[in-house]
Amino acid sequence: MKDNMSLVGNEEKFQSKVDAEEKVEPKDWMPEKYRQNLIRQISQHAHSEVIGEQPEGNWISRAPTLERKAILMAKVQDEAGHGLYLYAAAETLGITRDELIDRLHTGASKYASIFNYPSLTWADIGAIGWLVDSAAIVNQVSLQNTSYGPYARAMVKICKEESFHQRQGYNIMMTLMQGAELQRDMAQDALNRWWWPSLMMFGPHDAESAHSAQSMKWKIKRRSNDELRQQFVDQAVQQAQAIGLVVPDPDLVWNEQRGHYDFGAIDWEEFQRVVSGNGPCNRQRLAHHVSAHQEGAWVREAMAAYEAKRRAVPAEVA
Amino acid sequence: MKLHDPLTRYVVRLGDDALIMGHRLSEWMSRAPFLEEDIALSNVALDFVGRARLFYQYAADLMGGEVTENTFAYQRDVRDFTNLLLCELPRGDFAFTLCRQFLYDAYSLPFTQALCKSADSQLAAIAAKAEKESRYHLRRSRDWMLRLGDGTAESHERCQNALDQLWIYTDEMFECDALLDGLIATGVAVNTASLRSEWLDTVTETLHAATLVIPEAQGGVTGGREGIHTDDLGFLLAEMQFMQRAYPGLQW
Ligand SMILES: [Fe+2]
Ligand SMILES: [Fe+2]
Repeated sequence: MKDNMSLVGNEEKFQSKVDAEEKVEPKDWMPEKYRQNLIRQISQHAHSEVIGEQPEGNWISRAPTLERKAILMAKVQDEAGHGLYLYAAAETLGITRDELIDRLHTGASKYASIFNYPSLTWADIGAIGWLVDSAAIVNQVSLQNTSYGPYARAMVKICKEESFHQRQGYNIMMTLMQGAELQRDMAQDALNRWWWPSLMMFGPHDAESAHSAQSMKWKIKRRSNDELRQQFVDQAVQQAQAIGLVVPDPDLVWNEQRGHYDFGAIDWEEFQRVVSGNGPCNRQRLAHHVSAHQEGAWVREAMAAYEAKRRAVPAEVA
Repeated sequence: MKLHDPLTRYVVRLGDDALIMGHRLSEWMSRAPFLEEDIALSNVALDFVGRARLFYQYAADLMGGEVTENTFAYQRDVRDFTNLLLCELPRGDFAFTLCRQFLYDAYSLPFTQALCKSADSQLAAIAAKAEKESRYHLRRSRDWMLRLGDGTAESHERCQNALDQLWIYTDEMFECDALLDGLIATGVAVNTASLRSEWLDTVTETLHAATLVIPEAQGGVTGGREGIHTDDLGFLLAEMQFMQRAYPGLQW
């Protein structure tokens, strides 16, 4: 009885702290569901950064100029760094990176479905940087104010690097659009393939979003899926038009009254198909991560053994 | 693409070493044993690609006309590449990559130090930047030699195997040819033969500390400086040059 009372008291105190925009820190009391919800969201975000290395990393060896090669290497390296910040943030919630990776490998934990699409041409590297990183920025900027301190601080660090990612992608697209016809076709084709998956990155409509209401109340999420998606569309449409690209949506139209673009219906069946494992590259993405992790096992073991020996040595010598 | 001017040939040679090494390292992106190594390996890869660009840009300046850094990377075939064979060998496992790196870093540090004193001020300036990187690279690859050599039985064995395979490619680093002789005489090029004892000291000390042994293999495989490569370089170039070959003459 008494325990129950104090739990209720804790939850109230917790909520009023969140309402007052105070950050929740690792040592603070938090509802178990808040913790689990955060672990789910942060680890999904971390895995997305890491799996996201693959479609872009595929083009490091084939980048068309040395400058593009160096920029792409730096960009993909940043994404690995983002993964690291986020795993570290998740670990403050009492879970290890090994456990998180295990959940990724068993399918218990997801990553952004957009990375299950292939990067077929060089223009895809432009489209990914421009659209996928734009979408990530829109989402991550809103998460700089998330209620959990370590997550919010990770977002601040990450957002600083993202604008370079977006710019390099857009710059690739712009260069293609100023080039030969085959380059403009390549750019348009990439936009055609990446546009809708980018819109899907924001998740289901607010009415259908499973975790949204509670996440908003706890201020884990700060803005709704549909709000964020709208902001992305408004930005991206103008950027597309500025360089002569056509957004592949016949229903796209400026709505004077709303002050926003109206856009066509998203194909949620396609979304479900890819999320549930039947996108073009789901199996390859996961298999790639699993095999790199397994092939690296002996290295991690060697490191641990070496460090254990170093700790033991002084005693033996003495 | 035939290069005649000795200085240009020398600069391109140094660019080739750096580009091919950087390319091989970059293949680890998303494949490293853990995330920190994805980042660290790509850091080193970026240093090498950056170094290649500086050398190629200088070579392009020397040649003038339409030539750019990209001409050297993307518009030459295998026979025109003059990198060390060591740099082009496929990445192998993590032990192979790190052993290659260590053997090369132990050479690259004294090399860049010596190149800082080149009579050619451009080369000296590039070397000044490269030297700082090489110092860090060597510290890093040496640490890995210790961890892998003195880690588990498996890591020790993998490391020793890698060294045994790589050893015959190390002679080439210290080889002198007519091009070098001429440029050494004018104080432009580094006399690589003179770096050998320092290199061997570093390698011996580290391998000893790592409980590894110096391979017994004698003699060395060479040819890279004359464009006689392993089969692997052709495949590397086919991949690296794909865009420029499939869609020539465009801006990207
Ligand atoms: Fe990121
Ligand atoms: Fe990014």
